[in-house]
Amino acid sequence: MTLAVDLASWGLILLGSFFTLVGAFGLVRMPEVFTRMHAASVTDTLGVGFLILGMTLQAGFGLVTLKLLFLLALFVFTGPVVTHALAQACLHEGIKPLLAEDRRGMTRPRSTDPDDGRQPS
Amino acid sequence: MFAAAAAAILVALALAIIRAIKGPTVFDRVLAGNSVGTLAIMLLAVVGFLTERPEFLDIGLTYGLLNLIGTLSVLKFFRHGDLAYDADSESKS
Amino acid sequence: MIRYFSLAGLLFAFWLALSGHYTPMLVTAGAVCAVACVFAAIRMRAADPEGHPIELFRGAITYFPWLFLEITKSGWSVTKVILDPSLPISPTMTVVRASQKTPAGMATYANSITLTPGTITVGVSGDEFTVHALVRDGADDLEGGGMDRRVSQFEGAA
Repeated sequence: MTLAVDLASWGLILLGSFFTLVGAFGLVRMPEVFTRMHAASVTDTLGVGFLILGMTLQAGFGLVTLKLLFLLALFVFTGPVVTHALAQACLHEGIKPLLAEDRRGMTRPRSTDPDDGRQPS
Repeated sequence: MFAAAAAAILVALALAIIRAIKGPTVFDRVLAGNSVGTLAIMLLAVVGFLTERPEFLDIGLTYGLLNLIGTLSVLKFFRHGDLAYDADSESKS
Repeated sequence: MIRYFSLAGLLFAFWLALSGHYTPMLVTAGAVCAVACVFAAIRMRAADPEGHPIELFRGAITYFPWLFLEITKSGWSVTKVILDPSLPISPTMTVVRASQKTPAGMATYANSITLTPGTITVGVSGDEFTVHALVRDGADDLEGGGMDRRVSQFEGAA
């Protein structure tokens, strides 16, 4: 039983390390700031999530597990806030995202506020 | 096993710092700084398990809150040019 | 009123979980701090249905496992894109409609889009979100509205 739990937690920790490395690799490899945010969110969700789940299995049942789950909840609730603020600040500064296809304003009238991400007319 | 995870996180930290040094715009550096904060928290947790001192988790939680406030305040400064800007006092945004 | 008691109870449980010392003096200090924080939250108007949505707790039990499964699936596809030697990205900007009625429900939908690797909500105006997707498939999935329906169901489960 303990061997099975150990194996599962090692697998989860290895998986978490892998996704952490992939996210950081993407952070260096991607061409511009919006695509880099997508790479960083792999680290923030999958890497952190699998590492914390693996450590939870190692910690057993107690206060340490509860603290690890608080840490996971902190990442789940604050990660998107930071990413959204960063994306909006980029648009406000006038950084144009590199786009292969632009579907903004195809069906709806254009808004003139640059901060909602729409193309100003 | 925790040593392998710590090594992976250290390599990821090095890659994030490369982006922070190279990053052409200031937002690339903010993004890299946020990633460095996230990875540092995970490194704190893993080192806590490696040395069997789970008190490191409390430091990790505190650092997580500081990381959020630090990143948001830098972004607010670049967005409005003023840390005391009150978004509610204007009708727009 | 029940919202204030639930907030105080949660804050006190958080204190107990983080402290780990259960002497009468420290537990009393925790109770006093929890009540003081609730009064501060009422004064800051943070203890309203948006800041402490107790109506959503029941829906959250089934919503979060579904969200984690969704994150794992799209995270794997972003991982394949990053590790592909030719880097096959096709960044797309699109506008999706949110059918949620409450501010907490809309915030849940916007944050779920951002939390899923491969899509980021970059702007909100009215009930429309502007979304940046790493590949075309991600934008197509969001325009299909599966996640929108799931979040509306989570909001309506109150």
